[in-house]
Amino acid sequence: MWAIVIKEFRQLRRDRRTLAMLFMLPFLFLIVFGYAASFDVKQVRTMVVGPGAPLVAHLLPPQLDVVAVHPSDGRAQAVQALRRSEAVVALVLPATPGAAPQVLIDGTELFAARTAVTAISQLRSGAAQTSAGPGVSSAATALVTRMQAPDILFNPQLKTSVIMIPGLCGIILVFVGTVATALGVVRERQSGTLEQLAVMPFRAWQVFLGKIAPYLLIAAIDMVLVVVAGLLLFGVPFRGSVFTFALGAGLFLFVTLGIGVLISTVSQTQGQAMQLAMMTLLPQILLSGLLFPLYSMAAGVRWISYVLPLTYFVKVARAVMVKGAPIASLWFPLFMLAALGALVFGLSVLRFRRDLTPAGHDAAADEG
Amino acid sequence: MAASSAIRTNSGAPAGGGWGVAQLTVRYGRRPALQDVDLDLPRGQIIAVVGGDGAGKSTLLRALAGVVRPTAGRIRRPPARRIGYVSAAAGVYHDLTAAQNLTFAGSAYGLCGAALRARAAQLLAATELAPAADRLAGQLSGGMRQKLAFAMAVLHRPDLLILDEPTTGVDPVSRAELWRLVAGQAAAGAAVLFSTTYIDEAERAAFVLVLESGRTLLQGPPASLTAALPGAVFALPAEAATARPAPDRSWRRGGVWHIWAPDGVVPASAHPLAADLSDAVIVAALAARAEVA
Repeated sequence: MWAIVIKEFRQLRRDRRTLAMLFMLPFLFLIVFGYAASFDVKQVRTMVVGPGAPLVAHLLPPQLDVVAVHPSDGRAQAVQALRRSEAVVALVLPATPGAAPQVLIDGTELFAARTAVTAISQLRSGAAQTSAGPGVSSAATALVTRMQAPDILFNPQLKTSVIMIPGLCGIILVFVGTVATALGVVRERQSGTLEQLAVMPFRAWQVFLGKIAPYLLIAAIDMVLVVVAGLLLFGVPFRGSVFTFALGAGLFLFVTLGIGVLISTVSQTQGQAMQLAMMTLLPQILLSGLLFPLYSMAAGVRWISYVLPLTYFVKVARAVMVKGAPIASLWFPLFMLAALGALVFGLSVLRFRRDLTPAGHDAAADEG
Repeated sequence: MAASSAIRTNSGAPAGGGWGVAQLTVRYGRRPALQDVDLDLPRGQIIAVVGGDGAGKSTLLRALAGVVRPTAGRIRRPPARRIGYVSAAAGVYHDLTAAQNLTFAGSAYGLCGAALRARAAQLLAATELAPAADRLAGQLSGGMRQKLAFAMAVLHRPDLLILDEPTTGVDPVSRAELWRLVAGQAAAGAAVLFSTTYIDEAERAAFVLVLESGRTLLQGPPASLTAALPGAVFALPAEAATARPAPDRSWRRGGVWHIWAPDGVVPASAHPLAADLSDAVIVAALAARAEVA
């Protein structure tokens, strides 16, 4: 038995990736579940609009973190702001004296919305501890306690499936784009056919595109099926532009395919590729905001989320499908997907090209 | 190469003008895999590369095919579309049928339509794979798979055919069939370069390059190599020897010890031998080691 134990340790010592995974995964889980896995939302980004907004802003409890105050705006502007994810809660103060203030909540921010609903209820009942100072007028205080019941927009019933299905499209794209692509390319290497392709009169980009195009198509079909199933089975709305959604999905796929090819260039076997793919997949599922809200994560962990492509796709997919957000409000996540795509895809093309044509067909050689 | 440590017969070297390598050196990191190797590959000839494991055979073939970047030296080869290559792993798609493998290879080299179908059918018939055309390559026997790989490599009638140990693990009947096909390619005008660990296969070649530890140990036509063997080789029946005779100069072949006499003096009790290529290769290796020592 000791012979087997010693052999196993010797093999493990040489299998650096498995070793890294064995030590890194517990560390990753520790970080995720210690610092990131939290559904508790302590503060909700809130905007106050309408006459008297600066005064009322001071009366809100600490859970409602006022990030914008626009005295000249009304309900329409507030809805647009929520659509653009500028805030999760909008307190709309009435233009006519005696009318009750309205509270709008973005229902796609599930956990923040629940926190906001609780805070607003307490405020209406007068139980909330406000941050009102000595100079706040009693009229303003009365205005706050008179506010209407919250109006939850985009996902009125706060259904989990409404926000999960758009994110699920991202998981499918990651799975097909990264896992299937990496395995497909490594299979060529493992069976010796990649070398055959290298000798054939293909250019590196032809092999590259030829390899990823089928996965691109399959991922696109998968995504359409999931979206349609989400609409029909779970009643998920699709309020935004199909073009914007397709653009986000295309850019995201660009990144995931790049990661897949990159993994394939550093893997000799399908087992190694699968290990690496899982190591890129798990953090994306856990830290992208798909399961746990980003604003609930510790700041140090949240930075990891900001380099994960799924983080940006989840933002785009939810905003377009559920909120009908315009493309202009999504420029940053789209830009980040494009930037990550250019970086990862560029690296993968370079490495793939180096693997496929180490000698080129003309380097240091005379061709007849 | 460390020319001084190698026996080299250039008298029968094929004339230039074809493909080949000159002073080719390949390193993997710091480890040299090939060192200053020269080889000409004239059209219509079969050239064999012989050597043990790690001798540099595959590296030489892969460098010629364009898969490995040379560290130094020159490579003369036709354009990729005029090269046919069978790697040591055969390089057939196990999850495609034999016919689909051929169709893919043909398409890669620009064949299509009726011309591709006719050529594929011709090669399936020549390799006797026609009955297995619709079987998955992964379900074919080792010999059949090698023949399929060969058919894929010659589908486009290459000018240079490179075969990396095409008969390793192949049964004797399939080996004979493969050699018939290889000879056909040379007869059609292709330069054929193959590597092998079987000396009897190398004897079929017009020219043999023997590699050891990445360096040229010996090269020339098989007949010249055996003729140029230094000293003499004699035989001693195994049953006549109580122990291994001349441990650093003897090797056993079947029931007979072959013994190399560097000075050419054969003991009266022994039988002089007409050395073959296998003896010539072993003597060259022994001579090189003796010189190093």
